[in-house]
Amino acid sequence: MNNTEKEPLFSAKNRNIFLSPLGSNNPITIQILGICSALAVTAKLKPAFVMALSVIAVTTMANLIVSLLRNTIPARIRIIVQLVVVAALVILVDQILKAYVYDVSKQLSVYVGLIITNCIIMGRLEAFALANNPWPSFLDGIGNGLGYGLILIILGFVRELFGAGSIWGVKIIPDSWYISNGGFYSDNGLMLLPPMALICVGIIIWITNSKKKA
Amino acid sequence: MKALRNLVDRVKPNFEKGGKFEKLHATFDAFETFLFVPDTVTHTGSHIRDSIDLKRTMSMVIVALLPALLFGMFNVGLQHYRVFGEISVGDPYTFDLIWKCFWFGLLKVLPIIIVSYVVGLGIEFIFAQIRGHEVNEGFLVTGFLIPLVMPVEVPLWMVAVATAFSVIIGKEVFGGTGMNIFNPALLARAFIFFAYTPYISGDKVWVAGLNKAPENIVDSYSGATPLADVTTTISEGAEIVNWSNGSSPIDWIIGTIPGSIGETSTIAILLGALFLLFTGVASWRIMLSVFAGGYIMGLIFNLIGLNAIMDMPAYYHLIIGGFAFGAVFMATDPVTGSQTNTGKWIYGFSIGVLAVLLRVLNPGYPEGMMLSILFMNAMTPLIDHYVVQANVNKRKKRLKTAVN
Repeated sequence: MNNTEKEPLFSAKNRNIFLSPLGSNNPITIQILGICSALAVTAKLKPAFVMALSVIAVTTMANLIVSLLRNTIPARIRIIVQLVVVAALVILVDQILKAYVYDVSKQLSVYVGLIITNCIIMGRLEAFALANNPWPSFLDGIGNGLGYGLILIILGFVRELFGAGSIWGVKIIPDSWYISNGGFYSDNGLMLLPPMALICVGIIIWITNSKKKA
Repeated sequence: MKALRNLVDRVKPNFEKGGKFEKLHATFDAFETFLFVPDTVTHTGSHIRDSIDLKRTMSMVIVALLPALLFGMFNVGLQHYRVFGEISVGDPYTFDLIWKCFWFGLLKVLPIIIVSYVVGLGIEFIFAQIRGHEVNEGFLVTGFLIPLVMPVEVPLWMVAVATAFSVIIGKEVFGGTGMNIFNPALLARAFIFFAYTPYISGDKVWVAGLNKAPENIVDSYSGATPLADVTTTISEGAEIVNWSNGSSPIDWIIGTIPGSIGETSTIAILLGALFLLFTGVASWRIMLSVFAGGYIMGLIFNLIGLNAIMDMPAYYHLIIGGFAFGAVFMATDPVTGSQTNTGKWIYGFSIGVLAVLLRVLNPGYPEGMMLSILFMNAMTPLIDHYVVQANVNKRKKRLKTAVN
């Protein structure tokens, strides 16, 4: 017990807890969790970014709170307690989004509420927060949220660029390129549909896996 | 022939282990085995082998596709000149007229074929080099099929993107030729259909030049395909189908209608089908059951008869759109089709039924054939699994009764 208290805040172990979900243990590409929302909200970059921030906030806070409570939660009702904590946080996030970025909140629709059912959050609570001190749990929450957010932003960037020719709502591809204006280009409508998002996730997994082997 | 063989033999050592171009062995091997039947034989165990290998089988399919391609080229020209009033519908088919149409179509279609082959084979060669295996020959046919299922006015870069998508996501991800779940040529078409919908549907893309100069066309001449007529009838709720340009079943069978390059002529497709069946390359069970499925579903809709399309004679479905082309060249793909004989009947029949079902009930997806074949491709392993299991159980039962 003494050893852990004296451990520096950013020891190698803690750094690893924080960094591994970004790459080698990414919740989406390695653990294949949270795919549903990754497909649903990434057609545009802005909602993807807001969703990523929301999930980071929820995983971090939920991990911290559950870790603080971990010694007082009876094992038999721990899932219910975790759900209550997560649900309360999600409602907070939802209200904040409605108050400050109403249009994005409308685009995200039910998917903000569905953060409650995001497997990443419950997975981290069960696997990490229940068994670890608050500080590592906090880092683990941020790390996993960031790992999830990273993939969301890559997906949102690629899908919006090729699907709508814009980034963050700003038109990138000049209008004169389009076939209707005498050019040659056309947006890829498939990019805006969830199947292509799944294929994009697959391609990211393919790349990370082949990198790991090499 | 001798000279070619000598040339190949002379450069061969460069590509063997230890040679100068050892890294390019896969590329060299692809060309050598394409030109000459390889003389390697099985070393271990005893196998009964046919002398026809995969490359030769694929060449048969190419031959079978030639009538559809040649007619398609002619038809591209014919539709173009008809729309712009240089040829009227009643004109006799003189040699000059046929040649004029064919030459126009050749120049229009050839770039699509070249793009499809260059992109597809390029990717195949790259993957073969990286993985160090032989270049697979499946793309010989795929690269030929892709242009045939495209509208003539499709932008070339879309063909390139779709081909790349179908080869990488449809084939290489699963391990290359022989491992793919979906028919790559249809996947390319489906990709364009969902990604660039306006360029593969509607009534402007099927005739060369129509989308660029719509103001010069002959009055009352439309570039709509019979399938597009069907969808308009459904969406407008008309009493009878109004076939554009007054086309009739005879035109659909001969193929002088707007449509994808190779799919319009039922006769040309059936010629290819005869060749495939005669050489034993394609399964007659699949072909027959696809047509049977489509026809029976058409008859069922005749019985229901709620709108003009349901009342349409059932055999119409078999000769409009890509039904015949899909049945003969797409459904019979030996990799993505069912492997068991019973499975082939189920697989083919379901394709026919689903294709007509989609056409009649969902005007949003006029070409039901493409989607139904892709769907049944995904179901094939399941069908085969249950057919094999049923056989195993039957034999087990027989064994039990024999023992008792």
